[in-house]
Amino acid sequence: MLYREAGDYKTSYAEDNQTFPIKFDRVAYYVLLFVAFCVVPFFINDYWANAVLVPFLIYVIATLGLNILIGYCGQLSLGTGGFMAVGAFASYKLMTAFPEVSIIIHILLAGGITALVGMLFGLPSLRIKGFYLAVATLAAQFFLVWMFNRVPWFYNYSASGQISAPERTIFGVNVTGPNVDAWAQYMVCLIFVVACAWLARNLTRGNLGRSWMAIRDMDIAAEIIGVNPLKAKLTAFGISSFFIGIAGALLFTVYLGAAEVGEAFGISKSFLVLFMVIIGGLGSIFGSFAGAAFMVLMPVFLKNVLVGGMGWPTDVAAHFQFVIVGGLIVAFLILEPHGLAQLWRVAKEKLRLWPFPH
Amino acid sequence: MSAGFYYGAEVFLNGLMAGVMYSLVALGFVLIYKSSGVFNYAQGVMALFAAMSLVGIQTGQVPFSHLINAMFGTNVHHFGWHLPALLAILLAAGVMFIFAVLVERLVLKHLVNQDPIFLFMATIGLAYFMEGFGDLMWGSEIKKLDVGIPQGGNVWIEESTAFLGGADFYGFYLDSLDIVATVVAIILVSTLVLFSQYTKTGRALRAVADDNQAALSVGISLRTIWVIVWSIAGFVALVAGIMWGSKSGVQFSLSLIALKALPVLMLGGFTSIPGAIVGGMIIGVGEKMFEFLIGAPFLGGATENWFAYVLALMFLVFRPQGLFGDKIIERV
Repeated sequence: MLYREAGDYKTSYAEDNQTFPIKFDRVAYYVLLFVAFCVVPFFINDYWANAVLVPFLIYVIATLGLNILIGYCGQLSLGTGGFMAVGAFASYKLMTAFPEVSIIIHILLAGGITALVGMLFGLPSLRIKGFYLAVATLAAQFFLVWMFNRVPWFYNYSASGQISAPERTIFGVNVTGPNVDAWAQYMVCLIFVVACAWLARNLTRGNLGRSWMAIRDMDIAAEIIGVNPLKAKLTAFGISSFFIGIAGALLFTVYLGAAEVGEAFGISKSFLVLFMVIIGGLGSIFGSFAGAAFMVLMPVFLKNVLVGGMGWPTDVAAHFQFVIVGGLIVAFLILEPHGLAQLWRVAKEKLRLWPFPH
Repeated sequence: MSAGFYYGAEVFLNGLMAGVMYSLVALGFVLIYKSSGVFNYAQGVMALFAAMSLVGIQTGQVPFSHLINAMFGTNVHHFGWHLPALLAILLAAGVMFIFAVLVERLVLKHLVNQDPIFLFMATIGLAYFMEGFGDLMWGSEIKKLDVGIPQGGNVWIEESTAFLGGADFYGFYLDSLDIVATVVAIILVSTLVLFSQYTKTGRALRAVADDNQAALSVGISLRTIWVIVWSIAGFVALVAGIMWGSKSGVQFSLSLIALKALPVLMLGGFTSIPGAIVGGMIIGVGEKMFEFLIGAPFLGGATENWFAYVLALMFLVFRPQGLFGDKIIERV
């Protein structure tokens, strides 16, 4: 009764093609946007922003990016951490070189630079496939992290090898640096998330998205029916890396404030985002949100329960967390290979009939 | 001949030995990939887990002692025995066998006929699980592994080669551990080859590797084969774990050698045992020589982190199936 499509008539192509064809979805979406933009900023505090909301929003962008590459185009990549590092260092270099330009433009440019780097490392995907490609993207991961560690130009010759974000403002409000309010961090990330999700959703249901999916499902057949694999694969790598670069730039400038490349953008970051994609659901925009939320919330929850509630030492709790994450990944792949997004779809199917049995 | 040439030769030999160590890990990958089509990312963590179990059993640690202490407020840590190395190795091999059975029962059985990429991601999950599980079981501190393998420079080789160079050359410095590892690797590979060529089980393994549908139809039990293969891979992981653990202590970074084995596999081909050995040597020699000739003097060092990957990447662009891999045939 709550969730139904009966009586939802469409009389034009535009209505038929809209992103949320069911009225209930549409309303829920606008309510969610309203709450996110107009309610949450007034109630947010430092703990919630730092522990949950800001990392969640940033990882959503990264997960969207990786989902485009793995879930829509079928190219397995393990270089996410390296590409995030490119975004972070590009934004750092731009911010210090052109202090008068707005940080929004810097972050977008950082995404663009990452897109170029991503396309460069995506070139081998035309020749090699599957696991071989996954291992090839590891080359990107290790090479990029090494480069940012060893070439002093990238960290402006600072003695510690760290980069730290200078203070920048948008409309007179601090968004980076030490004196930043929780709501400002949150709003910047939120705006980027909404823009990225909108872009991703519309790209994936358009011409480009369909050519990606054709390549994913069977690349030879796709080539025969006229999909250009060069264009499809390179745009997937480029757009995916654009998102990941923005996520890396935001992670560094807005969230962390200072970063050491090996620690902040190591191989474990690549796996974290990959897990978000798997748990959320391959090839689903909603799944990217769900996966990121799950992987951000779960450690916080476990820490509160095990350390706060049961008084375990933190290291034992951390090991336990590894066990649970690993077990969950395997369980998800066995029970529901399409992740939380599929569970959501099943729930919606059930809700359509509820409370009637047929 | 100048001393520089001999230093180069020494780097070359050391690279060869380091390559053998990589091959040991790569071997486990190849075994599993050939017989079940699973690209087992957890191989490195298996080596770590095997080495941890070995140390734990040998020194009589109480399993899950940290967890038990945290939950019940007790203070247990050791049983108080110290087992001989050989017995401990056998028991650790037993642990790896139990692990193989559990993996087959709990994971692989349910993932039959899934996309290989899903299986790959499942092994990443498995790797995380084992990492946390191993730490919970045996503790995460760095452990010393000692099963009586000699370590340090080999004096005999150093002295007997000193005459080659000039006055400032003191002979080749080769680590005894690396020499032992090379010998062990040779024995291991020949045993595996003999096993797969001349025993009934070995023939079944090759049949499954060739075509698992056809193997099923002539009455080979896939599930038994998988348990066998994962046990062998677990044993290879144990050997690799012993070698690496003796070299640098049993610690988390041990699991990262799996990542080092990946370029070896790409170079040698995922389906070839000789490929794993030759690939390992090429990578070992290549990265040591690159660091010696170009990396350290011109690029600020530590090029070993990525050189192997970039080499494998460039190589793959020209020969996608690796040096010895089966030709990739694609049908629509």
